[in-house]
Amino acid sequence: MGGGEQILFWVMGPLAVLSALGLLFAKKAVHAALGMAVVMIALGMFYLGEGAPFLGVIQIFVYTGAVMMLFLFVLMLVGVDSSDSLVETIKGQKWAAVVLTLGLLALLIGVVGKVHFGTSDGVVSTNDSVGNVNGLANLIFGRYVWAFEVTSALLITAALGAMVLAHRERLGAAPSQRDWSVRRIRDNVNVAGLPAPGVYARHNAVDTPALLPDGTPAELSTSRVLASRDQVAVPTRFVDAEHTVESEIEEGRDR
Amino acid sequence: MSALHALAALPAYVPMIGGSGTGNPTADFSDTPWWLSLAKALLIFVYLLVSTLLVIWFERRVIGRMQQRPGPNRTGPFGLLQTLADGVKLALKEDLTPKNADKIVFMAAPAIAGAAAFVSFAIMPLGPSVWMFGHLTPLQLTDLPVAVLLVLAVAGVGVYGIVLAGWSSGSTYPLLGGLRSTAQVISYEIAMGLSLVAVFLYSGSMSTSGIVAAQKSLWHIVPAFLSFFIYVITMVGETNRLPFDLAEGEGELTGGFHTEYSSLKFAMFFLGEYVNMFTVAALATTMFLGGWQAPPGISAINDGMFNHGWWGILWFTIKLWIFMFFFVWLRGSLPRTRYDQFMRFGWKFLIPVTLGWVVLVAFIRGANNGWLGDAKLHILGREIPYSTLALIVVVAATALLATWIWEGKQEAKAAESGIRPDEVDPYAGGFPVPPLPGQRLREPAATAATPTLTSKEDQHG
Repeated sequence: MGGGEQILFWVMGPLAVLSALGLLFAKKAVHAALGMAVVMIALGMFYLGEGAPFLGVIQIFVYTGAVMMLFLFVLMLVGVDSSDSLVETIKGQKWAAVVLTLGLLALLIGVVGKVHFGTSDGVVSTNDSVGNVNGLANLIFGRYVWAFEVTSALLITAALGAMVLAHRERLGAAPSQRDWSVRRIRDNVNVAGLPAPGVYARHNAVDTPALLPDGTPAELSTSRVLASRDQVAVPTRFVDAEHTVESEIEEGRDR
Repeated sequence: MSALHALAALPAYVPMIGGSGTGNPTADFSDTPWWLSLAKALLIFVYLLVSTLLVIWFERRVIGRMQQRPGPNRTGPFGLLQTLADGVKLALKEDLTPKNADKIVFMAAPAIAGAAAFVSFAIMPLGPSVWMFGHLTPLQLTDLPVAVLLVLAVAGVGVYGIVLAGWSSGSTYPLLGGLRSTAQVISYEIAMGLSLVAVFLYSGSMSTSGIVAAQKSLWHIVPAFLSFFIYVITMVGETNRLPFDLAEGEGELTGGFHTEYSSLKFAMFFLGEYVNMFTVAALATTMFLGGWQAPPGISAINDGMFNHGWWGILWFTIKLWIFMFFFVWLRGSLPRTRYDQFMRFGWKFLIPVTLGWVVLVAFIRGANNGWLGDAKLHILGREIPYSTLALIVVVAATALLATWIWEGKQEAKAAESGIRPDEVDPYAGGFPVPPLPGQRLREPAATAATPTLTSKEDQHG
């Protein structure tokens, strides 16, 4: 290893191991995904250091930039506070996982241990004489063109299958803004739209209901999602606070 | 069966038709010691920082002029020091962290966004080889056989900053901004990558120095003009700039992903956005406008004197700032697009069109290599194969035909939707009604006061 390569290894190596451990032990799903992303970037760096720039850059571009980003996209919808529950949902799941992992490990060791490499030209001389990208392209679209095309056909079939399975035809057209408006007027209910949430001197937010003339909260003024989650703020909170302030003022006057 | 045999034998033929050349960088870094690389890295950093300071001032001044006001003109000569003053003020502001935030990720996000922005500039060729401290070295930090892909990869990592900022803030608007930005950048990166494929095909290399060298006689903006247009559209989407700044649309998401950020952390996002603008503009310059090479005409003066040495930085910077002006111009004149329209445009228009364009360019390249016939036309000292000309004629004819059919359909649609009168009476229904496009208002006062002044229909009738 050259000097630069050694620095790269001793900086990225521990980082990769730490983030791999982070992937395993992180409580929050997003932290685990981040650990995975760092491992992939570190792998890409190692490929670059080993004289395989195309592989390294594609590793970062495709896996970190696209695949992990899609994972993150889904995970982000879960929210910042949630963490995985450690309760077993399927009975005996952990033991089955251990047994299967050991089996896979034995299989892999058995196969990989038997691999025998012939003498190779080395990537440096190939990079100089044929070019890194051109050499790879000659192999993929030359010797391995069938393997490549068959794999791509398989992947496209899988993508099409996923789309067909996940697709759902709409039964009717979605009502437009205009349709909603027409319906409101026809039904003669809430013609001017639903009431807006409450705006008080100290508070205005979607979770604060508006008050009706008799002082009771208007249920229609808050979102029903908030209501089903029990996240609607109670206006008495602000009324109480106001009373405290008023009584303090009165006490001050009496003193 | 013979066709099957021919297919099975295909792998053996493929290496023979592979192009010549290795696609490796043409820049020579053999005479560059490590300390010189370090110095060049520092110079690029300073170049970008100074450019950012300037471009913020430039943007405010130009937008000011476009809106008929002077813009910042008090701090320093022509208001040049305004950005510096604003920067100092920004750094001294209070640094807030929301209670719900994920502290570590909240800290890391601006660092990722800021740091990733600077990486891509390492492969931009700012000029040809020059003598620096007794060494002949290219005005470029480094180059790879896949340098352009590196820019896309680093852009992909930079988005993590925005996405994580949105997620870790623990509040709704930033989360929505982060989600928008993920979808936006992934979809526009596909179109951007595809538009660059045409340039790779023309230059036979993915290294930036190789691409600049391939544009010696003809800039790629001419043969790959459609790629250039699509790249310019996607680069605006990629940098979250108006009209595509949906990730931070003030009207909808207050500040989008950076709503909860303040002080230096916000400054990092700000800096990252502007450096990203320079990066995509530099890539456009390198890929389509000949990089550091002097414009045609000037490059011919005195046996190409302006194409050597330090002159390269001048041409590169001028081309860079043309794109900067374009960014500012867009911001000054266009409103923000709607999110669904933006995504539909990306997936249903840009990506299919670019795919078709790449296939066409591959055919043209094949024709240029003489794979579709050897006959050549000699004109103006250039040799153009007849097959290339035939391809261009066919494509132009198809494009003309498609426009003709489309226009006919549009006209039929317009005719179907009913004939509108040339003039409307705005008060016909009792309420004032504005005219439709192409219609004129009938002056109510004129018609009421002087009935002798007849309208168009009356004259005909």
